[in-house]
Amino acid sequence: MSENSGGGPGNPRAIVVGHGEFAGGLVSAVGQICGMADKLVVLSMMGMTPEDIEGTIREQLARTGARVIFTDLPAGSATIAARRIVRDDPAIVLVSGVNLATLLDFVFSTDASPTDAARAAAERGKASLIVVGR
Amino acid sequence: MAIHLYRIDDRLIHGQVVVGWGQPLNIQLLVLVDDLVASSDWEKELYRMAVPPEMEVRFADVGTAIREHAKYDMDPRPALLLTGDIDSMYRLAKAVKAIGNVNLGGIHHRAGRSEKLRYVFLTPGEEQQLRELESAGVEVTAQDVPSARAVPLPEVLQGAAR
Repeated sequence: MSENSGGGPGNPRAIVVGHGEFAGGLVSAVGQICGMADKLVVLSMMGMTPEDIEGTIREQLARTGARVIFTDLPAGSATIAARRIVRDDPAIVLVSGVNLATLLDFVFSTDASPTDAARAAAERGKASLIVVGR
Repeated sequence: MAIHLYRIDDRLIHGQVVVGWGQPLNIQLLVLVDDLVASSDWEKELYRMAVPPEMEVRFADVGTAIREHAKYDMDPRPALLLTGDIDSMYRLAKAVKAIGNVNLGGIHHRAGRSEKLRYVFLTPGEEQQLRELESAGVEVTAQDVPSARAVPLPEVLQGAAR
């Protein structure tokens, strides 16, 4: 599968997975802001074994053709699972530490391949973290 | 400085361990006791990359952990020892008398296990191992995060706290 084969028109381009309701909340916010939540698949890992988490992500990648995985914490079980998947298929990209700015940039980058869009979105997400005040 | 927490968690190093417990206990040394992980450089690197730079991770199989336990316990840094299954902690605690309590942090559903808590599922054999530890003087409680109540083993096994 090539980088561009996933996430065609109308198809999800990435999987978002994290602790608690993190993924659902973040994708809900994407939908509220720009109506493009259908570009993202939400996964929750609550109550799942590491094997279940990895298996579920693999299933969703296969089902949707998505080539990008967004996770919340570098130390999270989802990130560990995703890194195992990337080891097996280096064409898949993992972005850990995702935030709303990252996802918004990603869903709007429809001209770039999903993996290129993910790399650019990660940079946008980093730049969105600002501190105001003394 | 002693080992502050002996935890069984099938997710090994993850958010609850590194952040949930690691931050309030100021954990600076994490000892991951797992025969499979200890035998694989790739697995060790996978988990090493999951911890913040201020935290050191040491990897050991159960046999090594039994031999090295006194060194971990004498390390000046606050430490947390983690196994991914009950059997590893059982073997360790049976051999190391200094272990006085064990935390059940996450043992999830698999074939043959029944639900005791939202995050604790046990086979009859695992229940027996935990009972043996308590009989040997090791206090066993279930507590996924520090803000939760520590559920004593008898209550866990009754499934009353589900």
